[in-house]
Amino acid sequence: MNEPIIDVRDLSFAFNGETVLKNVNLKIFQGEFMALIGPNGGGKTTLLKLILGLLKPDRGKIRVFGQAPRHAAHRIGYVPQNVHINKSFPISVLDVVLMGRLRTGRGWARHTRNDHRMAGEALGQLQIWNLRHRRIGDLSGGQLQKAFIARALVTEPEILFLDEPTASVDAKGQADFYGLLKKLNETITIVLASHDVMVLSSYVKSVACVNRDLLYHDAAEVTADMLDMAYACPVDIIAHGLPHRVLPDHEEG
Amino acid sequence: MWEIMHFEFMQNALMAGLLVGITCGIIGTLVVVNRLVFLSGGIAHAAYGGIGVALISGLPYIAGTLGVSLAAAFVMAVATLKAKHRADTIIGVIWAVGMASGIILIDLTPGYNVDLMSYLFGSILTVPRADLWQMLAICVSVLVIVIYYYYDFLAMSYDDEFARLRNVPVKWLYFLLLGMIALSVVMIIRVVGLILVIALLTIPPYIAEKYTRSLHMMMVVSIVLSCLFIAIGLGFSYLFNLTSGATIILVAALGFIISPIVEGLMPKRHPG
Repeated sequence: MNEPIIDVRDLSFAFNGETVLKNVNLKIFQGEFMALIGPNGGGKTTLLKLILGLLKPDRGKIRVFGQAPRHAAHRIGYVPQNVHINKSFPISVLDVVLMGRLRTGRGWARHTRNDHRMAGEALGQLQIWNLRHRRIGDLSGGQLQKAFIARALVTEPEILFLDEPTASVDAKGQADFYGLLKKLNETITIVLASHDVMVLSSYVKSVACVNRDLLYHDAAEVTADMLDMAYACPVDIIAHGLPHRVLPDHEEG
Repeated sequence: MWEIMHFEFMQNALMAGLLVGITCGIIGTLVVVNRLVFLSGGIAHAAYGGIGVALISGLPYIAGTLGVSLAAAFVMAVATLKAKHRADTIIGVIWAVGMASGIILIDLTPGYNVDLMSYLFGSILTVPRADLWQMLAICVSVLVIVIYYYYDFLAMSYDDEFARLRNVPVKWLYFLLLGMIALSVVMIIRVVGLILVIALLTIPPYIAEKYTRSLHMMMVVSIVLSCLFIAIGLGFSYLFNLTSGATIILVAALGFIISPIVEGLMPKRHPG
C-alpha cells in the first residue's frame, strides 16, 4: 500500500555540460499535495520533465507507478509554464482542451461525443466555458492557465503537475485557484512547482526545495536548510503566521 | 482574353495552378505554424542539385529533384532533432551545397544546356499533360496524409511536448512532414521556380492565419488565396507578356501588402 507512485533515485542531469540536478532523491505518495519550490533556474521544470520522460536522466532511476516514465507519463496531467506557447497559433480554447483527449492510431476518427462532454465539463469546472470559441491568443494569462489545466484534467490524470501556475493570476484568482486544487486533491495527487514561497498555502501537505540538490520536508513549511540552499545565503524572513505560517518556529528561542 | 482558355497549354497551366494551390495551402500552413520556412527554403535550393543530377545522368527531372530534395529533407530532419542549436547552420550549408553542386553538375554535362531559367523562375505555361498526373498524385497523397493525421499534426504543431505525453509519434510525424514538404517543393518549382517557392508557401498562410480560428480553416483559406494568386498572376502574365512565376509572386505580395489594410477596415474582433 505504501509504495510511492513516483520514485526518483540518485538522479543527476546536466544540460550543456552544466549540472542542473545532482543526486536527487524523491518519493511522492498517493494523495500528496507537494510544493516544489526553489529559485528560477534551480531545476524544478527539469525535474518535472525528467519524471514525465520528456528528458532522459544522465544518472539515476525514475519510476512512475513502478514503470519507466515513457510508459506511465500518460497517467500524469501536465500543465506547463505558458511562456513558450505560440500565441498566434490559430486554435480555439475548446480545441486546445480536446487535445487532452487525443488518442493516436485512431486516424480519421474525430473526437467522440464523450470527448466533447468531458471537455465541456472541464471548461465549466474552470469557469471558462463561455470562452470556449475564443482564439487561444486572445486569452489573458490567467484564462490561458485555466485552459491548460482543463486540458490536463480531461486526460483523467492520477497525478497533476503544475509548473508555475500562479505566475499570471491575481490575488483573488489565486484564492479560487487553491480552492479548486484542494478539491482536485481529494482524488488526484498534485505536484506544484513555483519559485515563490507564497504557494505554501494551507492546502500544501509537503515541500521539496530544488536548487541542484533537493531537500524534502513532509509539512508545508520551509526549513532553514531550504532557505540556505535556495537563496545561497542565510535569509532572515519574519514569519507573519497569517494566513498561514510558512516558516517553522525558530529552533532556538 | 477568354479565348485563351481554348488553348491546351492554358488549360494545363490552370490545372497545374489549382493542384499547386491546394498543396501550397495545406503544406504552407504546416510550414508557417511549425516555423519551418528557412528549412523549406533549404530543401527548395538543394533541389537544384537534383536538376544537375538529372541532367548529367539522363534521369527524368522529377526523379533527380525528388531524390535530392527528399535526401536533403531527411538530413535536415535528423539535424534539427539531434543538434537543435546548430540546425540553422546545417540547413544553410545544405542550401548552398545543393545549389553549388547543381551548377557544377550542369557545367560538367556535355552539350547545350536546357533553359535553366525555367527551373529558377518556373514554367507553368509549358507543363505537359503527363506532369499533371504526377502533380495530382502528389496533391492527393498530401491531402490524404494530412487529413488522416490531422489531429496529430495539430497537437505536434501547437505543443509538441504535450503531444509526446499523449503518445503522439512526434518524431515520425516530423519526418513525414519534411518528406511532404520535399514533395511539394518539387511540384511548386514547376510553377514558380525554386527561388520563389518560399513566397508561395508562406504568403497565403501568413494572411490566412490572421482571420482564422483553427488550423483546418487556415488551410482552406490558404488554398483559396493560393489558387487566386496563381490564376490572377497567370492572367496578368498572359495580358502583359510577363514571366509567369514572377508575376504570380508579385500578385501574392500585393495580397500580403493589402491584407493589413483590409484588416484595419474590418470590425474589431471581440476583445480578450
